[in-house]
Amino acid sequence: MSAITLTNTERQALREAHAKVLRPSLVKRIAGPLVILGTIAYAVFCWFFFDIGTTIAEGRWDRTVPYLADWVTWEAQPRYRFRDGGVVEIEHQRFSPLGENPDPDWMLRLPDGRDAVTFRDFADRVEIAPREVLVYLAGTPYGVALTDGAAVMPPDAPAAFEEKNGRVTVHFGFAGSAEIRNTQVLIRRRFFGWENFWFDTQSPFWDMSPPELIASAVSSERIDPARSNLSLIISEFLTNSEWQHGDVFNKLLQTIVMAFVGTLFACLLAFPLAFIAARNITRNRPLSWITKRFFDFTRSVDMLIWALVFVRGFGPGPLAGISAIFVTDTGTFGKLYSETLENIDDKQREGVKSVGAGPMSVQRYGVMPQVLPAFASQALYFWESNTRGATIIGAVGAGGIGLKLLEAMRTNADWENVAYMVCLILVVVYVFDGISNAIRSRLIGRASR
Amino acid sequence: MTDATVPHASLTPETIDVHNHYRQLVATRRLYTIGTLLVLAVVLVGALIFANDASAGKFLDRLPYLLDFIKTFTPDDPVEIVRALFDLPSPYADGSFKYDYEEGRHYLFGDVYLPEYFYQMLVTLNIAFLSTLVGGLFAFCLCFFAATNLVGAGPVRFIVRRVFELLRAFPEIVIAGLFAAILSLGPIAAIFAVSLHTIGALGKMFFEIVENADMKPDDGLKASGANWFERVRFGIVPQVLPNLVSYFLLRAEINVRASTIIGAVGGGGIGEVFRQSIGRDHAAKTYAIVILLFLTIVAVDQLSGWLRHRLVGNQAFQFGGT
Repeated sequence: MSAITLTNTERQALREAHAKVLRPSLVKRIAGPLVILGTIAYAVFCWFFFDIGTTIAEGRWDRTVPYLADWVTWEAQPRYRFRDGGVVEIEHQRFSPLGENPDPDWMLRLPDGRDAVTFRDFADRVEIAPREVLVYLAGTPYGVALTDGAAVMPPDAPAAFEEKNGRVTVHFGFAGSAEIRNTQVLIRRRFFGWENFWFDTQSPFWDMSPPELIASAVSSERIDPARSNLSLIISEFLTNSEWQHGDVFNKLLQTIVMAFVGTLFACLLAFPLAFIAARNITRNRPLSWITKRFFDFTRSVDMLIWALVFVRGFGPGPLAGISAIFVTDTGTFGKLYSETLENIDDKQREGVKSVGAGPMSVQRYGVMPQVLPAFASQALYFWESNTRGATIIGAVGAGGIGLKLLEAMRTNADWENVAYMVCLILVVVYVFDGISNAIRSRLIGRASR
Repeated sequence: MTDATVPHASLTPETIDVHNHYRQLVATRRLYTIGTLLVLAVVLVGALIFANDASAGKFLDRLPYLLDFIKTFTPDDPVEIVRALFDLPSPYADGSFKYDYEEGRHYLFGDVYLPEYFYQMLVTLNIAFLSTLVGGLFAFCLCFFAATNLVGAGPVRFIVRRVFELLRAFPEIVIAGLFAAILSLGPIAAIFAVSLHTIGALGKMFFEIVENADMKPDDGLKASGANWFERVRFGIVPQVLPNLVSYFLLRAEINVRASTIIGAVGGGGIGEVFRQSIGRDHAAKTYAIVILLFLTIVAVDQLSGWLRHRLVGNQAFQFGGT
């Protein structure tokens, strides 16, 4: 199909015939640019109001990579100390993720008695002898001189070397780094994964492969004479000191329970109240007005306020969270339900009334069948959204996983635990999202979702 | 509604058959209802026992004292709340935090000042609006790539949708915590957290609207040789814009609440001062903040409701959620 070309006269004729379409009113023409200008002006205002420039410039952006890397990696930090008398002593950090007597394959004792740490492969390594450190980068050796007060990097050192305050740091990329001082060499060796995820280093099952674990679970030889190996395995897993699986599961369950119980109770209380609030059902104007204002009040006082009030009242724990969700959502459900009730079809009520049914029967058979699916669907929607929201009100002390997340983040060293909890939360949210969507589409059909 | 009283003798065999079948159906349905309610009741009781055990204060032990807390939590005199709200000097001042209302004044010029809580409320509101703006902008740009009618069911749609889902489900508090660790605690971390969540939440709403758009204008543009961007710009955007703006406003409303909460866990703004004042038993300050927060949320709700009503008429938009 070829493009249509208009002649000038045609263009003129069209312009005159459709003046309104081709030349919209002034307001319409300037509205778009005005909105854009206003948005830009507001953004500039916010830039200065929050001092975004300074904050971002002063941010410790160098921390981003290690913090993010900590989500999925772990680090071992052995130290090689130069002791008197030409001895190199290996010292592991306290609670080393490598366990009590580590002998990993990247820490070697060379045939000539020198110690070596390999990064990536054997071509990248640090060799340590008393008062002598040799760094191999891609097979090329660089000697680091140790003087009385400092470590000095070789003159031909590549960019991976860095000298600062008498310490030489060699970066091996992801695999880690070696910090060489005149008294010791501190190795930072980084690995993918979550270390000691199943069992901590104190556990008898630490370092066991899955087949070994199964074998030990079914074997009759008891490690702890008081109980079977299987129950010991489960308890060792749940009490893993680093990952605290038991506690995390407990807190996650609290979050789920908070959302479930809070939403359900709110739903149960809002249900009768909504009938009072709906103008077409309760003819008593003041009563319905008061109920509606009550809904507005509990809804508009933020969930945060209720959460903090109940934390003061009940003490920290899921009871406070349940109460906060319950009170806030009573208002929300009340409003939604009474609006649904006000929009029902009156013919069914009239029909039931006309055959002489009492007031309760009118509600039961004339109103309930119309609104029940909508009510249930709204309740499910908020149940799912509260499961997500309960995480954050937990952080102010209202119980659940929120506080645990906050604590793990505050230490700035347990980002892998944060990642673990985030994964669990995501799974829970997705599962509940699926359940809620499935039930809702069965209740009211896909189209009206 | 049981029809057991219908005498069988007066019915033909066929009708009895139908009748019996109907009764069977009713019975099955009732069984299901009772079963569901039973399961729900059992789960509820279990959940309650669990929650009670996990709480520091047990429900029945604490219930009588719940009101005690509110009783002791009264300001020295009602005017004190007004003084706290407007940072006026207090006659009870004894140099402690509790009565240091004037300390928080934010002087604009000369003697004109913004009372501390109004300033903090402004911080929270700005966090909410800026995040909605940033999030909405990204959601707007991305939503067309998630709509089946515009990009088909290819990998682009898949990826964009998964990104929306992830951002929506990702706990805001973790994003805030991560940025707080990098940028120090404060409103900027909250802005990042709320913005990212907004991208996910609005993105989902937006692409659903785009998918429901009338494709006739698009067909017309396609026929006259418009490229993809022109089709979106002139065919889709004009018809979906009112709905998008309506959802945008609803989100702004929700984000005001969200940024209050995130403020309480270290994002600054009114949430943080509220948590501090209730934690330190400063009754007058706490009531002042509750009143201010309540009025602000009502005002924002009303304003956004009015604007949305003007934009899209009387459509039900109560289902924003988080």
